[in-house]
Amino acid sequence: MASAKIGDVICQEMIGAVAKDRNVLAVTSDSRGSAALNPFAAKWPENIVEMGIAEQNSVTVSAGLAHSGKRPFTFAPAAFLTMRSIEQVKVDVAYSNTNVKLIGISGGNSYSYLGATHHSLQDLAITRAIPNLEVYMPADQHQARALMQYLTTSNHPAYVRIGKVALPDVYSDDETAFQQPGHGQVVLDLGHDVTIITAGETLHIALDAARQLEQTGIHAQVVDPVSIKPLDQALINQVADQTHHLVTLEEHSRIGGLGAAVAEIIAPRGDTKLNIIGFPDAPVIAGTQDEVFHFYQMDAPAVAQQVKTWLEK
Amino acid sequence: MEIKALELKAAQMRLATWQMIYRAKNGHTGSDLSCADILVALYYSALKQTPATFTDPNRDRYIQSKGHAVEILYSVLADRGYFPKEALATYSQFNSDFIGHPTNHINGIELNTGSLGHGLGLATGIALAGKLDQRDYHVYTLMGDGEQAEGSVWEAAMAAGNYKLDNLTAIIDHNRLQITGPTEQVMNSEPLAQKYAAFGFNVVEVNGNDMAALVAALQAPNETGKPQLILADTIKGKGISFAENQAGWHHRIPTPEEYAAGVAELEAVIGGLQ
Repeated sequence: MASAKIGDVICQEMIGAVAKDRNVLAVTSDSRGSAALNPFAAKWPENIVEMGIAEQNSVTVSAGLAHSGKRPFTFAPAAFLTMRSIEQVKVDVAYSNTNVKLIGISGGNSYSYLGATHHSLQDLAITRAIPNLEVYMPADQHQARALMQYLTTSNHPAYVRIGKVALPDVYSDDETAFQQPGHGQVVLDLGHDVTIITAGETLHIALDAARQLEQTGIHAQVVDPVSIKPLDQALINQVADQTHHLVTLEEHSRIGGLGAAVAEIIAPRGDTKLNIIGFPDAPVIAGTQDEVFHFYQMDAPAVAQQVKTWLEK
Repeated sequence: MEIKALELKAAQMRLATWQMIYRAKNGHTGSDLSCADILVALYYSALKQTPATFTDPNRDRYIQSKGHAVEILYSVLADRGYFPKEALATYSQFNSDFIGHPTNHINGIELNTGSLGHGLGLATGIALAGKLDQRDYHVYTLMGDGEQAEGSVWEAAMAAGNYKLDNLTAIIDHNRLQITGPTEQVMNSEPLAQKYAAFGFNVVEVNGNDMAALVAALQAPNETGKPQLILADTIKGKGISFAENQAGWHHRIPTPEEYAAGVAELEAVIGGLQ
């Protein structure tokens, strides 16, 4: 199966975007290497704006650039972009409605052994609470490419969280992978016992878990919202109607992320159960991303087992 | 406009602001009065922008970083014709766009400010875009001296110096008082002139309540390859004797007696200049 690093895809899309619109800029905070933007810098040296290790000012300057007609894509580790710079995101980008695209690289637990300073396991909770800010988590190269096609022409503030590792293809083409803000889709439909909802790097894990559940006689469907905000409410209600048992899986604290977003939709219904799988409200254990996912029962076998146990209760 | 006419305008703007704050029972009185001369000098002698050119990509831009002094900005914008003066009656009223910090819902205001430490970075981005697009507009921003304690100010100063943004002029309303007391006691940010010079700025020190000095500083071209800092020494509460140099007047609302006394003082100044 083909796979690709989302950062590489975004870089290629940025290169293509500048060819069409010279106002597109990459704004970096000593992060061009980590953001896989060296090919972009080589191709369009006039279109990369280096702000040094100053993420707050990087966001504010991006807002000033956007206010003057530029189309900045502001790259920084997700942990710094959404926490050190969150007031600049709230005020200068979302509140002032400047056309800044915030690309949070090495999101979630991607930095593994670098520790909690570098992990962003609260970024969805923070960003989705800010009015006028779209939030996305692309799951494969097709979705990242289609999302970038949207972002390079949209005038709306947005935050995109991506990881570091190569992700296996989930979609077969760009067109079906991403359509528009607030539009998700059922990626796999093996039956209506349970629905697993997830986005970004955990989508392929959920698909594996669903296939493993199938072997135990549990028929699951997998939903990829991709757009965490706006979230596809109609789709969430549709799958709630079908299965009445939703499981969310996220590389994020169980507090305030995708699970909470789904809960906000289904809680008033009163007819659907929800199980939120994610990181605990505790310091994260050190390890590779795979080791850490395994430890927190977030790899495919553990997710399948958790779902099975939950449904049997 | 001649200096005397600008001085008259500043006194009129102080009176309009004093009236607005008293009517609404809300506002940053001392901060407004402190920078009234700066805003009048900027809007009537330097800033190449009118209501008709406000969306022109080649217009000069102004970002008010010390957003709490919004009442004087509203007064100046109304006088310049960005919106009807009657709109000011809605200041601090339910569902009004005229709130206690600048928002871009108001014609004439570029970006939302109010949280301190953002204006210089916004101006840096605007100036950088001007350089990238080879436009010859100028961007101005006004900060407070208490605001200099915000770390983001210095991130922006470093970037403005690094990119040699000679199309940027930052002004500090240097009244040496903030809400808690003397700025040098709350958090000493001096020597500001030397600090900005070290960050690559050309620094000009003026009496920020001297209209002629302000106009001269704002109209002089920036030194090539350097952003400019105008360190404007001002008096907080300037123009109303009992509010001058009083930290307590940062956001105090006048009593009826104080209001009448302030009106009398400002009307006397206006009468003398007319």
